Amino acid sequence: MKLRIVVTLKNGVLDPQGKAIEHALASLGFSGVGEARVGKLIELDVADGTSDADIDAMCQKLLANTVIENYRVEKQ
Amino acid sequence: MKSAVIVFPGSNCDRDLAVAIESVTGTKPHMVWHGESELPDGLGLIALPGGFSYGDYLRCGAIAARSPVVKAVVAAAERGTPVIGICNGFQVLTETGLLPGALMRNEGLNFVCRDVALTVDNSQTIFTSRYAAGETLSVPVAHHDGNYFADRETLDRLEGEGRVAFRYGEEVNGSARQIAGIVNAGGNVLGMMPHPERKIESAHGGTDGRRLFEGLLEAVS
Repeated sequence: MKLRIVVTLKNGVLDPQGKAIEHALASLGFSGVGEARVGKLIELDVADGTSDADIDAMCQKLLANTVIENYRVEKQ
Repeated sequence: MKSAVIVFPGSNCDRDLAVAIESVTGTKPHMVWHGESELPDGLGLIALPGGFSYGDYLRCGAIAARSPVVKAVVAAAERGTPVIGICNGFQVLTETGLLPGALMRNEGLNFVCRDVALTVDNSQTIFTSRYAAGETLSVPVAHHDGNYFADRETLDRLEGEGRVAFRYGEEVNGSARQIAGIVNAGGNVLGMMPHPERKIESAHGGTDGRRLFEGLLEAVS
């Protein structure tokens, strides 16, 4: 089973890289770009039947730092 | 004092830290490789050095925090053994949950490598007893991810409980409330981004870091 785990910064956590991207887009002449936020995409190939609880534990224990990040699991 | 310096693949301040500890305590620290699952007995100090453990993969300190030896470090910390994490070591300690918060990319996006003004916020910890509260030190930083973040409630609690050991005396990296170093609730675990081990002898351009290790030696002996 293939999983895509999307890790994003929580709302309210400053994202300096996102800010730099906003400024770079503006300097390229793209107007109307609002906030940019940078996250991570982690693709995992796990055994069929891996439980949601185990997938959640992988995210909680390692893949995301829940002090600053949220995560979302997409099954493919 | 018997001590250990933990060495991860990618650590690069482990030798400096060992030399600093030996120069103050007179005893060579045990250098403990990340794959070990046990620590030597009777340690008065466990030190996590700066560097780029595991290439900073995933997040700074994230993989190191799950390594076999760090499980033993966490257990020792919970029994009250003094633990200091400097720079990447601080990042590892936050990833283990021994210290709250997280260290994020510097607000200015640049790697900052210079001496900074550092103010002693609490001189009543085992790590800061040789400093005066409010004293300003000059200690180098060298990091890309030193921007301390925690939610407001956590920051208020850290301040209310006197757990902010050091603050920057100038703008360095965007850290919340200029926090440069914090201790755990038990007071035996310190994490800090600046490098006291790089200010030990006058040949280093100053000795402001030395008193941290001297105070610790006195507290542990």
